[in-house]
Amino acid sequence: MKRTILAIALVCAAAIAFAQTPERPPIKIGFMVPLSGANAQNGRDILNGFLLLLEEAGYQAGGRRIQLIVEDDEGIPAVGLTKARKLVERDQVHMMGGPLLASSAYAIAPYIHAQQIPMVYPVASGDDLTQRRRSKWIVRTGYTSSQPNHPFGEYAYHTLGHRRIATIALDYAFGWESVGGFERTFLEQGGQITKKLWVPLSVHDFAPYLAQVSRDLDAVYVLFIGRTALQFLRQYQEYGLKDRVPVIGMGTTTDEHVLPAMGDEAIGVTTALHYSGALDTPANRTFSAAYRARFKRVPSYYSESMYSGGKWLLTAIEALKGNVENRDVLLDAIRQAQPTGLPRGPVTIDEYGNPVENIYVRRVERVNGVLQNTVIATLPNVSQFWKYNPVDYLKQPLYAR
Amino acid sequence: MGARRLTLLVVLALLVIAAPFVLSSYWVGLLTEVAILAILAMSLDVLLGYTGLPSLGHASLFGVAAYAVALLSTRYGMNFWTCVFAGLVVGTLASAVIGLIVSHVRDVYFLMITLAIGMVLWGLSYRWIPVTGGDNGLSGIPSLEVHAGLPFAGPTAFYYVTLVVFALSAGAMVLLVRSPFGLTLRGIRENEGRMKSLGFNTWLHCYLSFIVSGFFASVAGVMWAYYNGFVSPTYLDLTASSELFLMVTLGGPATLVGPVLGAGMIVLLKNVMSAYTARWLLILGTVYIVAILTAPKGVWNLGSRRSA
Repeated sequence: MKRTILAIALVCAAAIAFAQTPERPPIKIGFMVPLSGANAQNGRDILNGFLLLLEEAGYQAGGRRIQLIVEDDEGIPAVGLTKARKLVERDQVHMMGGPLLASSAYAIAPYIHAQQIPMVYPVASGDDLTQRRRSKWIVRTGYTSSQPNHPFGEYAYHTLGHRRIATIALDYAFGWESVGGFERTFLEQGGQITKKLWVPLSVHDFAPYLAQVSRDLDAVYVLFIGRTALQFLRQYQEYGLKDRVPVIGMGTTTDEHVLPAMGDEAIGVTTALHYSGALDTPANRTFSAAYRARFKRVPSYYSESMYSGGKWLLTAIEALKGNVENRDVLLDAIRQAQPTGLPRGPVTIDEYGNPVENIYVRRVERVNGVLQNTVIATLPNVSQFWKYNPVDYLKQPLYAR
Repeated sequence: MGARRLTLLVVLALLVIAAPFVLSSYWVGLLTEVAILAILAMSLDVLLGYTGLPSLGHASLFGVAAYAVALLSTRYGMNFWTCVFAGLVVGTLASAVIGLIVSHVRDVYFLMITLAIGMVLWGLSYRWIPVTGGDNGLSGIPSLEVHAGLPFAGPTAFYYVTLVVFALSAGAMVLLVRSPFGLTLRGIRENEGRMKSLGFNTWLHCYLSFIVSGFFASVAGVMWAYYNGFVSPTYLDLTASSELFLMVTLGGPATLVGPVLGAGMIVLLKNVMSAYTARWLLILGTVYIVAILTAPKGVWNLGSRRSA
């Protein structure tokens, strides 16, 4: 009798143990952006978007728990590489996301390629990351610097009716590539760029540049970020130029990371980007409301970048039912993931690993007392190569000053 | 140097050699970083600690050598020894040219001129886009193991190569500062007027010290280029130069061991701390302040009653 009871107990115990499939270890996602230094706020926005997405997913996908490991790359390329090494070699992450700056992105790309870690680049927009120096392990879910500017050059000529333009932009690769893309299509339509001014990142006074803006121009194309955007538009108005020469430019100039700090000087500025916080679609309304509720801030394009970029990762994990250990299979799943309901609208990834997406022409307006980037035109399905043949496009050198 | 310190050094050396057998590749990578930056910090110590010339542009010499390696290996496909040699020659030549300008001045003037020249070289790396790739830098430098045709590859192999380079450089610098030449440098630091009246050509000594320092900075630059596989203007910028300055002053100037310690402390503190807390900058700042208050002559000089 005793023996039978023991046997039954053993069988029961075995059955219980069997029924409880051992829980699989969490999927590790490594993430790096600048969280200190001059770009800390933009980095924080990117991280916040990702946090929101993971919270909505309950830190779970494909039946596995997700562990997020965040590192601060300080916006310094060599530090970024050290952090990437830490995430890959010490934390053994399955996949990665980040960084913010193109210089950091270029620095870690060869390492990511050698280590074969699938990675999404949500923001870094250096053209060559998905063009002449691309890696199959890197999928960009953001944009190339010239991507919004190719269609915007044509739009400025035909719809805005500008013929003679001067450009004032920050003097680094992001500025060169953006202005380069705009210049190319604008000139092809027959427009004229009278002057190209380059402003160092450390600029504190725009007077020497504004003095060179001729008042008979049709428009000034500008590219700034953060503090420089704020100061430029303010000084532009003080110089009495605002009512004489309209300002157009790259979307970062009036992006929501800096727009709430601006005043009337920003009204009327027309820019191009693949997102606007004021984009009036159900998906963006939901995202925007959730983001405001969680972080008490308006979402910027940085916030949206990794909310959407993270969806490629989560969709791939779901598709693989959490079996992310085989990196080739994981990479394919990320490239083939077609996440829907993105705040910025429909996106597909081209064979070079860069999105084909809508570009929005936005104009700053005051609605209910608050400044916003009202979308005045949607330019659909814009590729990084615009209307050019990719093979011919890649034979040309990268846009430079 | 007391017997206690000597034993400490020997134990440390054994630990460092045994490290790859115990530690993961990530930690080996960090130690490699420490070793390379330690060479650089020691090279600054020759100038700052022994000669008494505070340079705030030292990272630019390091960067120039790194750029030479990057350019020759990626754009012109040169072989390993050409790249290494060119890196050392270009870095040393740059310091020879800059040294002509800066060796005339002392103290805060030296600080300002080296700062300015450092900014000029940084500007060159940032703006001479066809050559340097500008802000994006140059990537795709082949790994040292492959480029040199070594039979081994991976972080451990690179670590041991770095250790050998470190040992050779450190040995050479120790010999240098103990030689009559090194003693003269210390004399100039303490009282240049007296050295002059004793018949020493103090300008020449300062000039040579600058070149020697530039040579070892180039050694570190070459290693750094191979270690990271890319170069960017941040190698040369003021942040890099001042962090280097901190390594030397935190560890203890005019000791050569101090800067190694300083490099180790800063690299490890930064990377270990930031893995656990987002507030690591606060902790690092506190460490600096505590170090300045309790060990104004550097951590290595804590025990000794007189410095150097």
